[in-house]
Amino acid sequence: MHLWLRAAISSDLLLLVTEMVIIGVSLIVFLVLLCFFLGWMERKVAAFMEIRLGPNRVGPMGSMQIVADTVKLLFKEGLTPNASDKFLFNLAPGIMVVTSMLAVAPIAFAKNFQIWDVNIGVLYVSSISSMAVIGILMAGWSSSNKYSLIGAMRSGAQIVSYELSIGLSLISIVILSGSLQLSEIVESQANGWWLFKGHIPVIISFVIFVIASTAEINRAPFDLTEAEQELTGGFHTEYSGMKFAMFLLSEYINLFIVSAIAATIFLGGWMPLHIGTWASFNHIMDFIPSSIWFLGKTFFIIFIIMQFRWTFPRLRIDQLLNLEWKYLLPISMVNIIIVTAMAIFGWHF
Amino acid sequence: MSASIVIFYILAAVIIGGGLLAVTERKIFRSAVYLLFSLIGIAGLYFYLNYEFLGAVQIVVYVGGIVVLIIFSIFLTAESGDDMKKPNLWRVTFSGLATLFACLLVLWLIQGHLFVSNTGTALEPNVRNIGRQMLSTAEHGYILPFEVVSILLLAAMIGCIVIAMKIKPKT
Repeated sequence: MHLWLRAAISSDLLLLVTEMVIIGVSLIVFLVLLCFFLGWMERKVAAFMEIRLGPNRVGPMGSMQIVADTVKLLFKEGLTPNASDKFLFNLAPGIMVVTSMLAVAPIAFAKNFQIWDVNIGVLYVSSISSMAVIGILMAGWSSSNKYSLIGAMRSGAQIVSYELSIGLSLISIVILSGSLQLSEIVESQANGWWLFKGHIPVIISFVIFVIASTAEINRAPFDLTEAEQELTGGFHTEYSGMKFAMFLLSEYINLFIVSAIAATIFLGGWMPLHIGTWASFNHIMDFIPSSIWFLGKTFFIIFIIMQFRWTFPRLRIDQLLNLEWKYLLPISMVNIIIVTAMAIFGWHF
Repeated sequence: MSASIVIFYILAAVIIGGGLLAVTERKIFRSAVYLLFSLIGIAGLYFYLNYEFLGAVQIVVYVGGIVVLIIFSIFLTAESGDDMKKPNLWRVTFSGLATLFACLLVLWLIQGHLFVSNTGTALEPNVRNIGRQMLSTAEHGYILPFEVVSILLLAAMIGCIVIAMKIKPKT
Protein backbone atom coordinates (compact mmCIF):
# COMPACT_ATOMS: atom_id res chain seq x y z
CA MET A 1 0.00 0.00 0.00
CA HIS A 2 2.74 2.41 1.02
CA LEU A 3 4.90 1.50 -1.98
CA TRP A 4 1.94 1.76 -4.33
CA LEU A 5 1.10 5.24 -3.06
CA ARG A 6 4.76 6.23 -3.14
CA ALA A 7 4.79 5.46 -6.87
CA ALA A 8 1.71 7.62 -7.47
CA ILE A 9 2.56 10.57 -5.22
CA SER A 10 6.06 12.00 -5.26
CA SER A 11 5.78 14.72 -2.60
CA ASP A 12 6.74 13.60 0.90
CA LEU A 13 4.22 15.80 2.68
CA LEU A 14 1.38 14.93 0.33
CA LEU A 15 2.10 11.21 0.71
CA LEU A 16 1.93 11.41 4.50
CA VAL A 17 -1.29 13.43 4.42
CA THR A 18 -2.89 11.01 1.94
CA GLU A 19 -1.99 8.02 4.05
CA MET A 20 -3.29 9.70 7.20
CA VAL A 21 -6.57 10.60 5.51
CA ILE A 22 -7.07 7.07 4.15
CA ILE A 23 -6.39 5.46 7.53
CA GLY A 24 -8.46 8.02 9.42
CA VAL A 25 -11.51 7.79 7.18
CA SER A 26 -11.50 4.01 7.05
CA LEU A 27 -11.07 3.83 10.83
CA ILE A 28 -13.95 6.22 11.49
CA VAL A 29 -16.26 4.44 9.05
CA PHE A 30 -15.35 1.07 10.54
CA LEU A 31 -15.91 2.25 14.11
CA VAL A 32 -19.25 3.92 13.37
CA LEU A 33 -20.54 0.83 11.57
CA LEU A 34 -19.23 -1.27 14.45
CA CYS A 35 -21.15 0.89 16.91
CA PHE A 36 -24.33 0.43 14.87
CA PHE A 37 -23.80 -3.30 15.05
CA LEU A 38 -23.00 -3.23 18.78
CA GLY A 39 -26.12 -1.18 19.49
CA TRP A 40 -28.23 -3.75 17.69
CA MET A 41 -26.39 -6.62 19.35
CA GLU A 42 -26.87 -5.07 22.80
CA ARG A 43 -30.66 -4.98 22.30
CA LYS A 44 -30.79 -8.47 20.88
CA VAL A 45 -28.70 -9.85 23.77
CA ALA A 46 -30.92 -8.02 26.25
CA ALA A 47 -33.99 -9.50 24.61
CA PHE A 48 -32.40 -12.96 24.58
CA MET A 49 -31.63 -12.72 28.31
CA GLU A 50 -35.18 -11.60 29.12
CA ILE A 51 -36.91 -14.03 26.72
CA ARG A 52 -38.28 -11.30 24.44
CA LEU A 53 -37.84 -10.65 20.73
CA GLY A 54 -36.12 -7.28 20.90
CA PRO A 55 -36.21 -4.89 17.92
CA ASN A 56 -38.01 -6.61 15.05
CA ARG A 57 -39.93 -3.99 13.04
CA VAL A 58 -37.39 -1.85 11.16
CA GLY A 59 -35.47 -3.87 8.60
CA PRO A 60 -34.75 -7.60 8.74
CA MET A 61 -34.48 -8.75 12.41
CA GLY A 62 -34.76 -5.09 13.46
CA SER A 63 -31.28 -4.38 12.17
CA MET A 64 -32.23 -0.93 10.85
CA GLN A 65 -33.64 0.18 14.23
CA ILE A 66 -30.32 1.72 15.23
CA VAL A 67 -30.20 3.69 11.96
CA ALA A 68 -33.65 5.06 12.71
CA ASP A 69 -32.47 6.02 16.21
CA THR A 70 -29.45 7.81 14.79
CA VAL A 71 -31.61 9.78 12.35
CA LYS A 72 -33.86 10.75 15.25
CA LEU A 73 -30.85 11.93 17.30
CA LEU A 74 -29.54 13.87 14.29
CA PHE A 75 -32.80 15.84 14.02
CA LYS A 76 -33.02 16.48 17.76
CA GLU A 77 -31.90 19.88 18.95
CA GLY A 78 -28.50 19.81 20.64
CA LEU A 79 -29.30 21.95 23.67
CA THR A 80 -26.59 23.91 25.42
CA PRO A 81 -27.76 25.05 28.87
CA ASN A 82 -27.49 28.79 29.52
CA ALA A 83 -25.53 28.42 32.75
CA SER A 84 -23.03 26.01 31.24
CA ASP A 85 -19.46 26.72 30.25
CA LYS A 86 -20.26 26.56 26.54
CA PHE A 87 -16.78 25.96 25.18
CA LEU A 88 -16.00 23.02 27.47
CA PHE A 89 -19.57 21.70 27.22
CA ASN A 90 -19.19 21.30 23.47
CA LEU A 91 -15.58 20.13 23.66
CA ALA A 92 -16.18 17.25 26.08
CA PRO A 93 -18.02 14.81 23.72
CA GLY A 94 -15.31 15.36 21.12
CA ILE A 95 -12.56 14.55 23.60
CA MET A 96 -14.38 11.39 24.65
CA VAL A 97 -14.67 10.14 21.06
CA VAL A 98 -11.11 11.11 20.11
CA THR A 99 -9.53 9.41 23.11
CA SER A 100 -11.44 6.21 22.51
CA MET A 101 -10.57 6.23 18.79
CA LEU A 102 -6.87 6.82 19.50
CA ALA A 103 -6.68 3.62 21.50
CA VAL A 104 -7.61 1.54 18.43
CA ALA A 105 -4.26 2.34 16.73
CA PRO A 106 -2.02 -0.49 18.03
CA ILE A 107 -4.65 -3.25 17.85
CA ALA A 108 -3.81 -6.04 15.37
CA PHE A 109 -7.00 -6.84 13.47
CA ALA A 110 -5.47 -9.65 11.45
CA LYS A 111 -2.10 -11.04 10.50
CA ASN A 112 0.12 -8.11 9.35
CA PHE A 113 -2.87 -5.76 9.60
CA GLN A 114 -2.18 -3.13 12.19
CA ILE A 115 -2.28 0.66 12.04
CA TRP A 116 0.66 1.36 14.32
CA ASP A 117 2.84 -1.42 15.72
CA VAL A 118 4.31 0.70 18.50
CA ASN A 119 6.88 -1.01 20.72
CA ILE A 120 4.97 -0.11 23.90
CA GLY A 121 1.48 -1.13 22.69
CA VAL A 122 0.09 -2.17 26.08
CA LEU A 123 1.39 0.94 27.83
CA TYR A 124 0.05 3.12 25.00
CA VAL A 125 -3.46 1.72 25.27
CA SER A 126 -3.57 2.09 29.04
CA SER A 127 -2.19 5.63 28.87
CA ILE A 128 -4.73 6.70 26.26
CA SER A 129 -7.61 5.16 28.19
CA SER A 130 -6.52 7.12 31.26
CA MET A 131 -7.31 10.28 29.28
CA ALA A 132 -11.01 9.36 29.00
CA VAL A 133 -11.60 10.45 32.59
CA ILE A 134 -10.77 14.06 31.62
CA GLY A 135 -13.62 14.12 29.10
CA ILE A 136 -16.05 12.82 31.71
CA LEU A 137 -14.97 15.35 34.35
CA MET A 138 -15.15 18.13 31.76
CA ALA A 139 -18.67 17.15 30.73
CA GLY A 140 -19.84 16.90 34.32
CA TRP A 141 -18.39 20.21 35.42
CA SER A 142 -19.32 22.33 32.42
CA SER A 143 -23.01 21.31 32.53
CA SER A 144 -23.32 23.23 35.84
CA ASN A 145 -25.79 20.69 37.14
CA LYS A 146 -25.50 18.98 40.52
CA TYR A 147 -26.35 15.56 39.17
CA SER A 148 -23.82 15.88 36.37
CA LEU A 149 -21.08 16.96 38.74
CA ILE A 150 -21.72 14.17 41.26
CA GLY A 151 -21.97 11.67 38.40
CA ALA A 152 -18.68 12.86 36.95
CA MET A 153 -16.93 12.68 40.32
CA ARG A 154 -18.15 9.13 40.89
CA SER A 155 -17.23 8.12 37.40
CA GLY A 156 -13.79 9.67 37.77
CA ALA A 157 -13.13 7.91 41.07
CA GLN A 158 -14.30 4.64 39.54
CA ILE A 159 -12.12 4.90 36.43
CA VAL A 160 -9.02 6.06 38.30
CA SER A 161 -9.23 3.21 40.79
CA TYR A 162 -10.09 0.40 38.39
CA GLU A 163 -7.27 1.44 36.07
CA LEU A 164 -4.84 -0.05 38.62
CA SER A 165 -6.32 -3.53 38.41
CA ILE A 166 -6.38 -3.40 34.62
CA GLY A 167 -2.73 -2.38 34.54
CA LEU A 168 -1.68 -5.10 36.98
CA SER A 169 -3.57 -7.83 35.15
CA LEU A 170 -2.01 -6.77 31.84
CA ILE A 171 1.46 -6.72 33.44
CA SER A 172 1.15 -10.43 34.29
CA ILE A 173 1.03 -11.25 30.57
CA VAL A 174 3.75 -8.71 29.80
CA ILE A 175 5.98 -10.56 32.29
CA LEU A 176 5.23 -13.92 30.67
CA SER A 177 5.67 -12.80 27.06
CA GLY A 178 8.53 -10.40 27.81
CA SER A 179 7.28 -7.61 25.56
CA LEU A 180 4.93 -4.64 25.55
CA GLN A 181 4.51 -4.78 21.78
CA LEU A 182 1.12 -6.22 20.85
CA SER A 183 2.41 -8.02 17.75
CA GLU A 184 5.10 -9.75 19.81
CA ILE A 185 2.58 -10.73 22.47
CA VAL A 186 0.46 -12.31 19.73
CA GLU A 187 3.55 -14.04 18.30
CA SER A 188 4.37 -15.49 21.72
CA GLN A 189 1.03 -17.31 21.67
CA ALA A 190 1.73 -19.29 18.52
CA ASN A 191 1.96 -22.56 20.46
CA GLY A 192 -1.06 -21.87 22.66
CA TRP A 193 -2.98 -18.95 24.10
CA TRP A 194 -1.79 -17.49 27.38
CA LEU A 195 -5.11 -18.34 28.98
CA PHE A 196 -4.27 -22.05 28.52
CA LYS A 197 -0.49 -21.83 28.79
CA GLY A 198 -0.40 -19.76 31.97
CA HIS A 199 -2.30 -22.07 34.35
CA ILE A 200 -4.49 -20.64 37.11
CA PRO A 201 -2.68 -17.29 37.72
CA VAL A 202 -3.38 -16.14 34.16
CA ILE A 203 -7.00 -17.23 34.44
CA ILE A 204 -7.23 -15.14 37.63
CA SER A 205 -5.77 -12.12 35.88
CA PHE A 206 -8.13 -12.64 32.93
CA VAL A 207 -11.14 -12.62 35.25
CA ILE A 208 -9.79 -9.52 37.03
CA PHE A 209 -9.24 -7.83 33.67
CA VAL A 210 -12.81 -8.51 32.53
CA ILE A 211 -14.30 -7.28 35.84
CA ALA A 212 -12.10 -4.17 36.02
CA SER A 213 -12.58 -3.25 32.39
CA THR A 214 -16.36 -3.56 32.73
CA ALA A 215 -16.02 -1.01 35.53
CA GLU A 216 -13.63 1.16 33.55
CA ILE A 217 -16.05 1.55 30.65
CA ASN A 218 -18.93 2.31 33.04
CA ARG A 219 -21.09 -0.61 32.05
CA ALA A 220 -23.56 -2.45 34.26
CA PRO A 221 -23.21 -3.69 37.01
CA PHE A 222 -20.81 -0.76 37.53
CA ASP A 223 -22.93 1.85 35.74
CA LEU A 224 -23.81 3.79 38.86
CA THR A 225 -22.91 7.04 37.13
CA GLU A 226 -26.02 6.42 35.09
CA ALA A 227 -28.18 5.25 37.96
CA GLU A 228 -31.42 6.98 36.96
CA GLN A 229 -33.06 6.86 40.35
CA GLU A 230 -30.14 8.66 42.04
CA LEU A 231 -28.43 10.80 39.45
CA THR A 232 -30.88 11.03 36.49
CA GLY A 233 -28.27 10.65 33.75
CA GLY A 234 -24.92 11.05 35.47
CA PHE A 235 -22.39 13.21 33.67
CA HIS A 236 -24.41 13.38 30.47
CA THR A 237 -27.67 14.56 32.03
CA GLU A 238 -27.66 17.84 30.13
CA TYR A 239 -26.62 16.42 26.78
CA SER A 240 -29.05 15.77 23.96
CA GLY A 241 -29.06 15.07 20.25
CA MET A 242 -25.79 14.26 18.53
CA LYS A 243 -23.70 15.32 21.51
CA PHE A 244 -25.35 12.58 23.54
CA ALA A 245 -24.88 10.20 20.63
CA MET A 246 -21.15 10.90 20.74
CA PHE A 247 -20.99 9.72 24.36
CA LEU A 248 -22.83 6.59 23.28
CA LEU A 249 -20.39 6.16 20.39
CA SER A 250 -17.36 6.44 22.64
CA GLU A 251 -18.92 3.99 25.09
CA TYR A 252 -19.32 1.36 22.38
CA ILE A 253 -15.84 2.00 20.98
CA ASN A 254 -14.45 1.52 24.48
CA LEU A 255 -16.37 -1.74 24.80
CA PHE A 256 -14.80 -2.91 21.54
CA ILE A 257 -11.29 -1.82 22.56
CA VAL A 258 -11.47 -3.53 25.94
CA SER A 259 -12.65 -6.76 24.35
CA ALA A 260 -10.06 -6.52 21.58
CA ILE A 261 -7.28 -6.04 24.13
CA ALA A 262 -8.53 -8.99 26.18
CA ALA A 263 -8.68 -11.10 23.01
CA THR A 264 -5.16 -10.01 21.99
CA ILE A 265 -3.50 -10.42 25.36
CA PHE A 266 -5.19 -13.50 26.77
CA LEU A 267 -6.78 -15.28 23.80
CA GLY A 268 -4.02 -14.96 21.22
CA GLY A 269 -5.35 -12.16 19.00
CA TRP A 270 -5.48 -13.38 15.40
CA MET A 271 -3.58 -16.58 16.30
CA PRO A 272 -5.62 -19.70 15.44
CA LEU A 273 -6.33 -22.29 18.11
CA HIS A 274 -3.44 -24.73 18.18
CA ILE A 275 -3.33 -27.76 20.42
CA GLY A 276 0.11 -29.19 21.17
CA THR A 277 1.08 -31.89 18.68
CA TRP A 278 -2.21 -32.40 16.84
CA ALA A 279 -0.71 -31.51 13.48
CA SER A 280 -3.80 -32.13 11.35
CA PHE A 281 -6.11 -30.28 13.75
CA ASN A 282 -3.72 -27.30 13.80
CA HIS A 283 -3.57 -27.38 10.00
CA ILE A 284 -7.36 -27.21 9.67
CA MET A 285 -7.46 -24.32 12.13
CA ASP A 286 -4.90 -22.44 10.03
CA PHE A 287 -7.35 -22.37 7.12
CA ILE A 288 -9.74 -20.05 9.02
CA PRO A 289 -8.68 -16.45 8.20
CA SER A 290 -6.92 -14.60 10.98
CA SER A 291 -9.38 -11.69 10.91
CA ILE A 292 -12.22 -14.11 11.67
CA TRP A 293 -10.28 -15.49 14.62
CA PHE A 294 -9.69 -11.99 15.99
CA LEU A 295 -13.24 -10.74 15.50
CA GLY A 296 -14.70 -13.99 16.79
CA LYS A 297 -12.74 -13.78 20.03
CA THR A 298 -13.51 -10.08 20.43
CA PHE A 299 -17.23 -10.58 19.96
CA PHE A 300 -17.19 -13.54 22.34
CA ILE A 301 -15.87 -11.25 25.08
CA ILE A 302 -18.30 -8.47 24.11
CA PHE A 303 -21.10 -11.05 24.42
CA ILE A 304 -19.92 -11.99 27.92
CA ILE A 305 -19.74 -8.33 29.02
CA MET A 306 -23.22 -7.68 27.60
CA GLN A 307 -24.60 -10.62 29.57
CA PHE A 308 -23.26 -9.10 32.81
CA ARG A 309 -25.68 -6.23 32.35
CA TRP A 310 -28.71 -8.46 32.72
CA THR A 311 -27.23 -10.79 35.31
CA PHE A 312 -25.91 -8.73 38.21
CA PRO A 313 -27.61 -5.95 40.19
CA ARG A 314 -25.92 -2.56 40.28
CA LEU A 315 -23.33 -1.95 43.02
CA ARG A 316 -23.39 0.95 45.46
CA ILE A 317 -20.48 3.41 45.35
CA ASP A 318 -18.96 2.13 48.61
CA GLN A 319 -19.32 -1.50 47.48
CA LEU A 320 -17.69 -0.54 44.19
CA LEU A 321 -14.66 1.01 45.83
CA ASN A 322 -14.43 -1.82 48.38
CA LEU A 323 -14.39 -4.38 45.60
CA GLU A 324 -11.48 -2.64 43.92
CA TRP A 325 -9.30 -1.64 46.84
CA LYS A 326 -9.95 -4.52 49.24
CA TYR A 327 -10.31 -7.46 46.85
CA LEU A 328 -9.17 -6.97 43.26
CA LEU A 329 -6.01 -4.96 43.95
CA PRO A 330 -4.50 -7.24 46.65
CA ILE A 331 -5.43 -10.35 44.63
CA SER A 332 -3.77 -9.00 41.48
CA MET A 333 -0.65 -7.96 43.41
CA VAL A 334 -0.19 -11.45 44.86
CA ASN A 335 -0.99 -12.84 41.43
CA ILE A 336 1.82 -10.84 39.85
CA ILE A 337 4.33 -12.32 42.30
CA ILE A 338 3.16 -15.84 41.39
CA VAL A 339 3.32 -15.05 37.67
CA THR A 340 6.83 -13.64 38.06
CA ALA A 341 7.93 -16.84 39.79
CA MET A 342 6.32 -18.81 36.95
CA ALA A 343 8.17 -16.77 34.36
CA ILE A 344 11.52 -17.10 36.14
CA PHE A 345 11.32 -20.86 36.72
CA GLY A 346 9.60 -21.53 33.39
CA TRP A 347 6.58 -23.33 34.86
CA HIS A 348 4.33 -22.29 32.00
CA PHE A 349 4.14 -24.29 28.78
CA MET B 1 8.84 22.10 3.71
CA SER B 2 8.80 18.46 4.71
CA ALA B 3 6.03 16.79 6.67
CA SER B 4 8.06 16.42 9.83
CA ILE B 5 8.71 20.17 10.09
CA VAL B 6 4.99 20.89 9.69
CA ILE B 7 4.19 18.41 12.44
CA PHE B 8 6.85 19.94 14.68
CA TYR B 9 5.41 23.45 14.29
CA ILE B 10 1.87 22.21 14.96
CA LEU B 11 3.09 20.53 18.16
CA ALA B 12 5.02 23.64 19.20
CA ALA B 13 1.95 25.81 18.61
CA VAL B 14 -0.19 23.46 20.76
CA ILE B 15 2.38 23.47 23.58
CA ILE B 16 3.00 27.22 23.66
CA GLY B 17 -0.60 28.21 22.94
CA GLY B 18 -1.89 25.87 25.65
CA GLY B 19 0.62 27.25 28.13
CA LEU B 20 -0.23 30.87 27.36
CA LEU B 21 -3.98 30.27 27.57
CA ALA B 22 -3.55 28.36 30.84
CA VAL B 23 -1.87 31.39 32.38
CA THR B 24 -4.17 34.09 30.98
CA GLU B 25 -7.55 32.34 31.43
CA ARG B 26 -9.78 33.71 34.19
CA LYS B 27 -11.75 30.50 34.85
CA ILE B 28 -9.61 28.05 36.81
CA PHE B 29 -11.14 24.89 35.37
CA ARG B 30 -10.49 26.10 31.84
CA SER B 31 -6.89 26.81 32.83
CA ALA B 32 -6.53 23.18 33.87
CA VAL B 33 -7.91 22.07 30.48
CA TYR B 34 -5.46 24.30 28.60
CA LEU B 35 -2.62 22.94 30.72
CA LEU B 36 -3.80 19.50 29.67
CA PHE B 37 -3.45 20.43 25.99
CA SER B 38 0.03 21.75 26.60
CA LEU B 39 1.07 18.51 28.33
CA ILE B 40 -0.45 16.39 25.56
CA GLY B 41 1.55 18.46 23.09
CA ILE B 42 4.75 17.63 24.97
CA ALA B 43 3.82 13.95 24.86
CA GLY B 44 3.29 14.39 21.12
CA LEU B 45 6.79 15.83 20.88
CA TYR B 46 8.20 12.66 22.46
CA PHE B 47 6.23 10.52 20.02
CA TYR B 48 7.56 12.73 17.22
CA LEU B 49 11.13 11.98 18.39
CA ASN B 50 10.31 8.22 18.25
CA TYR B 51 10.69 7.97 22.01
CA GLU B 52 7.32 6.29 22.56
CA PHE B 53 8.04 5.09 26.08
CA LEU B 54 8.59 8.58 27.47
CA GLY B 55 5.56 9.87 25.55
CA ALA B 56 3.28 7.23 27.04
CA VAL B 57 4.74 7.82 30.51
CA GLN B 58 4.14 11.56 30.05
CA ILE B 59 0.48 10.86 29.30
CA VAL B 60 0.07 8.39 32.18
CA VAL B 61 1.77 10.59 34.77
CA TYR B 62 0.79 14.10 33.75
CA VAL B 63 -2.51 13.72 31.88
CA GLY B 64 -3.95 10.70 33.66
CA GLY B 65 -2.47 11.52 37.04
CA ILE B 66 -1.59 15.11 37.76
CA VAL B 67 -4.22 16.92 35.68
CA VAL B 68 -6.94 14.65 37.06
CA LEU B 69 -5.64 15.42 40.55
CA ILE B 70 -5.71 19.16 39.78
CA ILE B 71 -9.26 18.89 38.44
CA PHE B 72 -10.43 16.97 41.51
CA SER B 73 -8.88 19.57 43.80
CA ILE B 74 -10.59 22.34 41.80
CA PHE B 75 -13.92 20.51 42.26
CA LEU B 76 -13.38 20.17 45.99
CA THR B 77 -12.49 23.82 46.53
CA ALA B 78 -15.21 26.46 46.40
CA GLU B 79 -16.15 28.84 43.59
CA SER B 80 -14.61 26.84 40.78
CA GLY B 81 -17.17 28.26 38.35
CA ASP B 82 -16.56 31.97 39.07
CA ASP B 83 -13.97 34.13 37.40
CA MET B 84 -10.81 34.60 39.38
CA LYS B 85 -9.85 38.09 40.52
CA LYS B 86 -7.64 40.06 38.20
CA PRO B 87 -4.09 40.03 39.57
CA ASN B 88 -2.79 43.46 40.55
CA LEU B 89 -0.22 45.32 38.48
CA TRP B 90 2.60 44.66 40.94
CA ARG B 91 2.27 40.90 40.54
CA VAL B 92 1.86 41.06 36.77
CA THR B 93 5.03 43.13 36.40
CA PHE B 94 7.15 40.87 38.55
CA SER B 95 5.92 37.59 37.07
CA GLY B 96 6.50 39.09 33.62
CA LEU B 97 10.04 40.02 34.60
CA ALA B 98 10.66 36.56 36.04
CA THR B 99 9.43 34.93 32.81
CA LEU B 100 11.57 37.24 30.69
CA PHE B 101 14.62 36.48 32.80
CA ALA B 102 14.02 32.71 32.55
CA CYS B 103 13.62 32.99 28.77
CA LEU B 104 16.86 34.95 28.46
CA LEU B 105 18.69 32.49 30.68
CA VAL B 106 17.55 29.50 28.60
CA LEU B 107 18.40 31.32 25.35
CA TRP B 108 21.84 32.24 26.69
CA LEU B 109 22.51 28.63 27.74
CA ILE B 110 21.41 27.27 24.36
CA GLN B 111 23.56 29.82 22.54
CA GLY B 112 26.61 28.95 24.63
CA HIS B 113 26.15 25.19 24.41
CA LEU B 114 28.13 23.29 21.81
CA PHE B 115 25.95 20.54 20.36
CA VAL B 116 28.40 17.73 19.65
CA SER B 117 26.90 15.03 17.47
CA ASN B 118 27.08 11.62 19.08
CA THR B 119 29.33 9.16 17.28
CA GLY B 120 28.41 6.06 19.29
CA THR B 121 25.86 3.56 18.01
CA ALA B 122 22.33 4.47 19.03
CA LEU B 123 20.63 2.14 21.49
CA GLU B 124 17.07 1.29 20.54
CA PRO B 125 14.82 2.96 23.14
CA ASN B 126 12.63 -0.06 23.83
CA VAL B 127 11.47 -1.03 27.28
CA ARG B 128 13.97 -3.88 27.60
CA ASN B 129 16.96 -1.56 27.16
CA ILE B 130 15.46 1.11 29.41
CA GLY B 131 14.83 -1.45 32.14
CA ARG B 132 18.35 -2.90 31.86
CA GLN B 133 19.87 0.58 32.07
CA MET B 134 17.70 1.53 35.07
CA LEU B 135 18.79 -1.46 37.12
CA SER B 136 22.38 -1.69 35.95
CA THR B 137 25.13 -1.35 38.57
CA ALA B 138 27.84 -0.89 35.96
CA GLU B 139 29.16 2.45 34.77
CA HIS B 140 26.39 4.79 33.50
CA GLY B 141 23.83 2.62 35.31
CA TYR B 142 20.96 4.29 37.12
CA ILE B 143 20.42 1.89 40.03
CA LEU B 144 21.21 4.45 42.76
CA PRO B 145 18.89 7.27 41.60
CA PHE B 146 16.24 4.66 40.82
CA GLU B 147 16.34 3.28 44.36
CA VAL B 148 16.48 6.73 45.95
CA VAL B 149 13.41 7.84 43.99
CA SER B 150 11.56 4.64 44.87
CA ILE B 151 12.26 5.17 48.58
CA LEU B 152 11.05 8.77 48.26
CA LEU B 153 7.82 7.63 46.60
CA LEU B 154 7.31 4.91 49.21
CA ALA B 155 7.73 7.49 51.99
CA ALA B 156 5.23 9.79 50.25
CA MET B 157 2.73 6.94 49.92
CA ILE B 158 3.04 5.93 53.58
CA GLY B 159 2.70 9.58 54.56
CA CYS B 160 -0.53 9.88 52.56
CA ILE B 161 -1.96 6.78 54.20
CA VAL B 162 -1.03 8.07 57.68
CA ILE B 163 -2.71 11.42 56.98
CA ALA B 164 -5.83 9.87 55.48
CA MET B 165 -6.19 7.07 58.04
CA LYS B 166 -8.96 7.43 60.58
CA ILE B 167 -7.90 6.20 64.02
CA LYS B 168 -10.85 5.29 66.18
CA PRO B 169 -10.70 7.20 69.49
CA LYS B 170 -10.28 4.91 72.48
CA THR B 171 -13.38 4.91 74.64
